[in-house]
Amino acid sequence: MNELALFIGTAFASGTVLAVAGLGLLINERAGVINLGAEGLMLMAAVTGFAVAADTGSAWLAFGAGAAAAALVAAAFGWLVIWLNANQYATGLAVTLFGGGFSAFVGVSYVGRKLELPLNHAVPLLSDIPFLGTALFRQHPVVYLAVGLCLFLSWFFWRTRAGLILRAIGESPESAHALGFRVRLIRLAAVVVGGALCGVAGTFLSVVYTPLWVERMTAGRGWIALALTVFATWRPGRLLLGAYLFGGVNVLQLTLQAQGVQIPAPFMSMSPYLATIAMLCIISSNQAWIRLNMPASLGKPFFPSQ
Amino acid sequence: MIRLEARPAPSRLMALLSPLIALAVTVVVAAILFASLGKDPVRGLYVFLLKPFSEVRLLSELGLKATPLILCSLGLALCYRSNVWNIGAEGQFLFGAIGGGGLAMWVTMHGVAVTRWGFFPFAIVAGAAAGAAWAAVVALLRDRFHANEILVSLMLVYVADLFLTWLMFGPWKDPKGWNFPQTVSFASETTIPRVFRGLRLDYGFAVALLAALLMWAFLFRTFRGFQLQVGGPAPAAARYAGFSARGAVWTSLLASGALAGVGGAFEAVGPMGQLTPHVSTGYGFTAIIVAFVGRLHPLGCVLASLLLSTFLLGGEQAQSTIQMPAALTGVFQGVLLLALLGCDTFILFRPRRGAVALRAGEAT
Repeated sequence: MNELALFIGTAFASGTVLAVAGLGLLINERAGVINLGAEGLMLMAAVTGFAVAADTGSAWLAFGAGAAAAALVAAAFGWLVIWLNANQYATGLAVTLFGGGFSAFVGVSYVGRKLELPLNHAVPLLSDIPFLGTALFRQHPVVYLAVGLCLFLSWFFWRTRAGLILRAIGESPESAHALGFRVRLIRLAAVVVGGALCGVAGTFLSVVYTPLWVERMTAGRGWIALALTVFATWRPGRLLLGAYLFGGVNVLQLTLQAQGVQIPAPFMSMSPYLATIAMLCIISSNQAWIRLNMPASLGKPFFPSQ
Repeated sequence: MIRLEARPAPSRLMALLSPLIALAVTVVVAAILFASLGKDPVRGLYVFLLKPFSEVRLLSELGLKATPLILCSLGLALCYRSNVWNIGAEGQFLFGAIGGGGLAMWVTMHGVAVTRWGFFPFAIVAGAAAGAAWAAVVALLRDRFHANEILVSLMLVYVADLFLTWLMFGPWKDPKGWNFPQTVSFASETTIPRVFRGLRLDYGFAVALLAALLMWAFLFRTFRGFQLQVGGPAPAAARYAGFSARGAVWTSLLASGALAGVGGAFEAVGPMGQLTPHVSTGYGFTAIIVAFVGRLHPLGCVLASLLLSTFLLGGEQAQSTIQMPAALTGVFQGVLLLALLGCDTFILFRPRRGAVALRAGEAT
């Protein structure tokens, strides 16, 4: 019973990495920008956050630094794709390649370092509830932040004027521009906020979840988060659900590996990637549904004709 | 205020200058980086950009590194021209290495009598078949389920990498190899013939150059090549002309998988001489940068491959000569591609000074 509670707790923590990054990417994509640089942003933040945590001992400074680093790179990405009309796919890939190289370079001296941070995060009273306390209420604050962020975004997208404008820009930047909205600035804001959230996810991975710095430690989580936005048909609630599902898959295969199941470990490690592919096939086979939900201008450049 | 104005037609001059400007930006960034880390920038740049050309031995190594880059980037250039976003050349490369290396291992373990020139074509076919098979998964899922090829091809890189790891730690491990995760050393008859005595450069490089020539002929001298490329910039026109989008997906992915697979096979039965989990140092990803720097043109891919392999070799040299981590190569690669994409803006746009032009009807 206690093992099950621990499993659920770890699955939530693992899913939180995907959830926070995925919600950030959702903000980008709702504004019409697809950022294939998520993996690179997460790596930049992971190494920055880890370095700050190792040198200052403060987790909060680490999260601030990680988010800022990712937001900075995201801003550069935004400038390239929004003002210079660079191809979004190619530029995102460039950010991923740059982030991978840069984080490996910066992180050389941090490989093998340990963090001296408190690992206990118990919610007073609630964490003492049998089973549920272990499963749900001994998590790092960021885990709860992800749930809050999901609720906030659901409200923001469909219940506020600002959210409506953001979605309008994602659907038809030309119309939004004609109505007088600052399409480029709003898109940049979406990209920077989305990047910062990728940064929070990357920092959470290296400072809280693992907590270690290993070269290319995100292991495709940025890409899985991108796939989740498709899986969720661009809805925050479904994205959160998908993220926890994938967190569960990941922790399950790790648990089975640790218990010495007869399947070779590399095949177990393939499961998150194979699950991503399977999920993409299932969701994408219904093209009408995808087209109905996908922001219409996703990936397309917008160049106002003055 | 400076603003951008669409050019009446894309600038061909800028398309050729852009990689050079991007290279200049990368050199400046590199110099600043070296200086800020307390290294002599001139010496650092020499190690990264010029030293590989200073010795015959290093030139031979340069050709060896360029071989997989040329092969992978040719296929990617074809894909991107056809508007198929294959970013999983790395996985197709690994499967090619498994195919070519696996065949060499089988020949070695069973003592089959072969000659170097006799085995060479079989290594090419095995690598191409394995790489194309892995890319076919992407094509099938895109064609059958409309699954996004960017995400699927990338996920398959991780799967291919884990599959190789399993082979190396499991069934293909050398029984007399002190438990190291690697295959037996391939019999010398199965390795690629070398071009010069005493140098490692092999005929894989020649095959890569030949592939570039064939790709050029396919893209610019055949109707099929033309059909594929129309789908990129003008999908509606391609549909109207009856050019099959499905055909473009299959053709470009199979060809690029086969090419990357040959690159993997060459790496395994060429410089490595065995299979290990580290048969690739990210060639498939570097090839993405090569394809863009090379303007998605076969000749450009060859030149850009030489440039990027200079970086790779420089990174290895930097470790021993100026005590800088080899990871620096990755930074320079990223800067190069980002700078390139920024410069590419000026192919379609030109900067203009002054405020927004007056609209028609507002003129005084």
